[in-house]
Amino acid sequence: MSVRVAPEQKQRITLTVNGKVRSGLAEPRMLLTDFLRHELQVFGVHVGCEHGVCGACTILVAGRAVRSCTRYAVQMEGADITTVEGLADPGTLNVLQQAFVRHHALQCGFCTAGILLSATHFLAKNNAPSEAEVRDMLSGHICRCTGYVGIVAAIMDAAGTLRGG
Amino acid sequence: MKPVAFEYCRPDTLGEALDILAERREAAAVLAGGMTLGPMLNLRMVRPKTVIDISRLAGLDRIELRGDRVVTGATVIQADALDSDVVRHELPLLALALPWVGHFQTRNAGTLGGSVAHADPSAEIPLCLVVAGATVVLRGKRRERRVAARAFFTGALSTVRQSDEMVVAIEWPRAPADSGCAFEEIAQRHGDFAIAAAGCELRLDGAGRLAGLSLGLGGVEDRPIAVDTGGFVGRPADAAAAKAIALYAAQSVDPMDDRGASADYRRALSQVLAERVVLRAAEAARQKGAVAR
Repeated sequence: MSVRVAPEQKQRITLTVNGKVRSGLAEPRMLLTDFLRHELQVFGVHVGCEHGVCGACTILVAGRAVRSCTRYAVQMEGADITTVEGLADPGTLNVLQQAFVRHHALQCGFCTAGILLSATHFLAKNNAPSEAEVRDMLSGHICRCTGYVGIVAAIMDAAGTLRGG
Repeated sequence: MKPVAFEYCRPDTLGEALDILAERREAAAVLAGGMTLGPMLNLRMVRPKTVIDISRLAGLDRIELRGDRVVTGATVIQADALDSDVVRHELPLLALALPWVGHFQTRNAGTLGGSVAHADPSAEIPLCLVVAGATVVLRGKRRERRVAARAFFTGALSTVRQSDEMVVAIEWPRAPADSGCAFEEIAQRHGDFAIAAAGCELRLDGAGRLAGLSLGLGGVEDRPIAVDTGGFVGRPADAAAAKAIALYAAQSVDPMDDRGASADYRRALSQVLAERVVLRAAEAARQKGAVAR
């Protein structure tokens, strides 16, 4: 079905977020980031630069790590989205998150949610990455606290655990 | 950092998309992966009345072998092209250039056609088109036309595309099995806009001489450019030739001068990068020749 939404018209968008079917209203110019936060109260999605540079808003769409600030909620009808809230059950941490804790891979934590989702997709594609490959993937994220050393160590460590090593 | 209000259209068919485009013309923007249009909308550098979302249109996301060509649809996602066996085997230059395009996270959404239609002077994919001698397929409501990449890009963010036309595909010549390729760029930070980039595709004859040579530079002038390398064909593909070609390339460009880099710096990078890619492409071609023998 072709879709046409007038500039100020609010369209109902139904999608899956962290395994649950969710629904909310969005006019065409509403960023997916704002839709997730303000309509669906998914506050793990962080808002940084709003033009695709900093990586704070990174989420998984159908398993792929993408920016949520450079796409619009109206585009997302039927999409399957994972945010940091969906990585582990409440009160628990998954293997990657535990490695972040162990290696002090975060300080203020603003960039962390996005990095966790990028690393999730990245490790799903390549569970034996080199440090250079991890750093290349991280070039899509800006962290102003850590200098990335702990982040790289955590991801390498998690890769080892996920391989069963 | 929020776009102006716009009308959103997600047509089911290409025909319908072209009808809307023909009606709205300059007031419309075509959205695929949103890795360029998204930032431009959010920063209000563009203020379209209508956004036409082609990201779900059937058939535009295919990579197909057709005789001596490879046809990549406009909405092929860069990450999918990078993972494609067809691209790896038949379009080795594109395969080498794609890791330089943005970041892991942007390549997961950005498309080949979007980068071509946007025509950033420093973009890698347009440079590959120019080096490979690819053709851009444009479609409007009433006609389809094919434009050689070297004629398609007319300046920074400017192409010959008319306002009622859409980039629907790119047609690439299949790289000969014995050709060697190389791609290099320099940016402030990996994934940033290239200050200068170079791509090379070449073939050697049985005696190790240059049988064919295509060299292009990106980020140097206001559009990706092909260096006229005809005078070097027939020369031995050695270090002296690479130096001579690089010097010629650096002398023939008319570099941009802006706050990113001075014209002199871009000229210097052009020479360094051109020499590197010619040497590497020749080495790659020699290795393929050795394997074949």
